[in-house]
Amino acid sequence: MELIKKTNIDFMSFRKPAYIISAIIILISLISFFTRGLNYGVDFAGGLLLQYSFDQEISVEEVRSSLADLALAQSIIQKFSENEVVIRTLRIPDETREAIKENLTEDIGQAHLVRIEEVGPAIGADLRRLGVIALIAVILGILLYVSLRFEFRPAVTSVLALAHDGLVVIGILALFQREFTIPVLAAVLTTLGYSINDSIVIMDRVRENFAMRRREPLCATLNRSINETLSRTINTSLTTLLPVLALLIFGGRMLQDFSLTMLIGLLVGTYSTVFIAGALLVDWEGKKPVRR
Amino acid sequence: MRRRRLLPWKLLVTLALVTISLIVILPVRDKIRLGLDLRGGSHIVLECVDTPDAPVDDDAVRRVVEIIRNRIDQLGVAEPVIARQGERRIMVQLPGVTDPERAVEIIGRTALLEFKNEDVETLLTGANLRDAQVQFDSFGRPSVSIDFDSEGTRLFAAATTENVGRLIGIYLDGSLISNPVVQEPILRGEAQITGRFTLDEAQNLAILLRAGALPVQVEMIENRSIDPTLGRDSINAGILAAAIGIILVFIFMFIYYGTFGVVANLALLCYGIFFLALFIGLQATLTLPGIAGFILTVGMAVDANILIFERIKEENRSGKTWRASIEAGFTKAFRTILDSNITTLIAAAMLFLLASGPIRGFGVTLSLGILCSMFTGLWISRMLIEMFAGRIKMKT
Repeated sequence: MELIKKTNIDFMSFRKPAYIISAIIILISLISFFTRGLNYGVDFAGGLLLQYSFDQEISVEEVRSSLADLALAQSIIQKFSENEVVIRTLRIPDETREAIKENLTEDIGQAHLVRIEEVGPAIGADLRRLGVIALIAVILGILLYVSLRFEFRPAVTSVLALAHDGLVVIGILALFQREFTIPVLAAVLTTLGYSINDSIVIMDRVRENFAMRRREPLCATLNRSINETLSRTINTSLTTLLPVLALLIFGGRMLQDFSLTMLIGLLVGTYSTVFIAGALLVDWEGKKPVRR
Repeated sequence: MRRRRLLPWKLLVTLALVTISLIVILPVRDKIRLGLDLRGGSHIVLECVDTPDAPVDDDAVRRVVEIIRNRIDQLGVAEPVIARQGERRIMVQLPGVTDPERAVEIIGRTALLEFKNEDVETLLTGANLRDAQVQFDSFGRPSVSIDFDSEGTRLFAAATTENVGRLIGIYLDGSLISNPVVQEPILRGEAQITGRFTLDEAQNLAILLRAGALPVQVEMIENRSIDPTLGRDSINAGILAAAIGIILVFIFMFIYYGTFGVVANLALLCYGIFFLALFIGLQATLTLPGIAGFILTVGMAVDANILIFERIKEENRSGKTWRASIEAGFTKAFRTILDSNITTLIAAAMLFLLASGPIRGFGVTLSLGILCSMFTGLWISRMLIEMFAGRIKMKT
């Protein structure tokens, strides 16, 4: 079977629309990041998460009304699954914790505490700092490796595409206020590792084609390289997408945010590889050509 | 051809590797070490804090670790981990614990027992205890009976002699738990603490008193506890997702690449076997994000094959013979595979920075997966394709 016949798409002519689309998405991302902020989970914000499971189906409303008299300031009550509820709150004294369980058991039915996540403010701050360090370290590490293996400019544009992916994924998480937890951060970091994969495959081909056809303009070489590797790009995205989809649908609620972030990251990563990384290189070389 | 002659040797090595791996893996049950998020249990971090009476020093932290170890031993937890982290932090892992709140209660409590007279002067403390046991009175109410050591016996005898007819307050961490009237001097070095205890409370108190009071105050700064049932649900969901994901990839590769797809799928199967064997061999801990990491590497493992196959197709289209195309496909794809995998490895390595526990597990599976997939992609698929090169075809 052949999904992709030998193609000859002029990707580089989509440069302008792609820039505009990406600029808009990045703008939205930045605005939501700075106005709404990330919805930090207990890992990063500190605080307490309690998950209760019941023997029957429950509704958020009954849980909320059952806990109304406990004055759980700034707490978030969410349904986790049919018979489970998650309460996210500031750290509370042990008596209040006992009272939660008593109230729930009295009003709704036997409540089993199945998960506790409690993080003090100092640890939360430590983790936030480590998270930022890890993000920067991943980007710098990749930039270093790629510039050693390739030339400096393709390395920079690939990493710019990478930063684009990171920004967009984090922006989408901020926009929809998805909970930002350690597994979600891990998914963002992995997305970055994946996204650069595609760019490298294309840049590798650019290097090869460049050596063979020295006269060809860079724009044409890039188009040729993207087209030649297109079926690989699409097939790999598909074979990665299939397991991620399986994880999203069947992997259970605990991994849902992680899988969703991976899914967004994969899609954005594939887009930026095809439309952004090479395009930036063409424009850079067009403005200030380097003698080869 | 030179390669042709090497084939039987390659095949033997591969079969040997697969056999060794299978021996390591099977039976898979109980061989994989599960993280707390999958087997259930508590991960607790405590921090020693200064108080005016008891500033924290190195010796105090060391004693805290010892006492906590004693307390946990009495709780009867299998395979606990108690480790000092940095200057003031102590990490405690309690696998399989079903009542994390009780565990926290017992681990983090200072448990300073004090006997005070009516003028609130301290007469003696829990430091002079030898033993503490739960007992029941004639109404079946639980109480805690304590035995003093020789020093304690002497102090307690003096205290009770001086305070006949008056109250002696028994305080735990500064709050009054019992306030009996002294009837007569007690010289035997035994006493009863009768508060309004439930059985659980009495048992907790006995454990705390036996293990001794912490020399400094500790605060719980992190607690991640998962009920074993929730962990089991996660494992089942993870296995289901992995199975479905892999089957989908199998089907895709077969439909798209035909017999070459079968080769890729065989290589993927070997990938799974090697990965598991390495994982078990290195005694790595499987966590929930780790399962996700494994599922992701499945996509990565076939990527190597896709790169190679697409390259072979291209070479063939440009007019080369099958054999030459295969040769060129592998050679040219090699560098690309190396580069693209190393960058993912960089990202995976950075995950080690992020705390301990689950995410480190993700980094481990991702890194192992990348290494394994490079091997199966470049070595096993190549061998299989060379074996069948004369017989299998791929449409171009």
